[in-house]
Amino acid sequence: MDPRFEIVTGPIDPRQLQTELEHRSAGASVCFEGWVRDHNDGRRVVSLDYEAYAPVAGKEGKLILAEATQRYELYAALCQHRAGALQIGDCAVWVGVCSAHRHAAFDACRYIIDEVKTRVPIWKKEHYSEGDSGWINCLTGQAS
Amino acid sequence: MVAVTVRYFAAFREQAGCDQELIETDHAKAGDLFLELAQRHGFTDPTSRCKVAINDEITSWDATLKDGDRVLFFPPVAGG
Repeated sequence: MDPRFEIVTGPIDPRQLQTELEHRSAGASVCFEGWVRDHNDGRRVVSLDYEAYAPVAGKEGKLILAEATQRYELYAALCQHRAGALQIGDCAVWVGVCSAHRHAAFDACRYIIDEVKTRVPIWKKEHYSEGDSGWINCLTGQAS
Repeated sequence: MVAVTVRYFAAFREQAGCDQELIETDHAKAGDLFLELAQRHGFTDPTSRCKVAINDEITSWDATLKDGDRVLFFPPVAGG
């Protein structure tokens, strides 16, 4: 399958995505789920907003998946990232790959999520229990 | 002098108070226009942590601006 990167506005369905990775030559599949947690940098987080610029996010995301496919010899690579308002516990991002052996699958999955976090035009705004909010900087993990 | 449409996202949009504006500029390079607008709107993130795209293609701060370009300024991204 061609690597697929999608910005989605509805819930991510990991079980459905997992089935799309299936490949007869694959001996390993690794998936990563990023969830919305209730705290960051010492603050109590009550919800998040993700903003994405889909025309560029789609292209950059697909490029990352293509890089991983080539570098780690993947049979399949998929990534979905949410946009919009999310609640604690929601799945914000899902990455799944499959390859012949486990080491390549683990490395590829990590490569993809690390690159997505620093290259794809997606921004996260945290809303705190005190009523204020802040945009998060990927390099520091803190509100700027 | 070129006329370009500048778009802002996330923190930049809130700091600029608008999501886009028409700009006439003598700057030849995207990075020089960014520095001027960052000063005008009070953006504090260093250029090295931000990105620019022109007409939906991520490019370098040295990219030359052309009349009619849509210039997108991205603050530090934070997916995942």
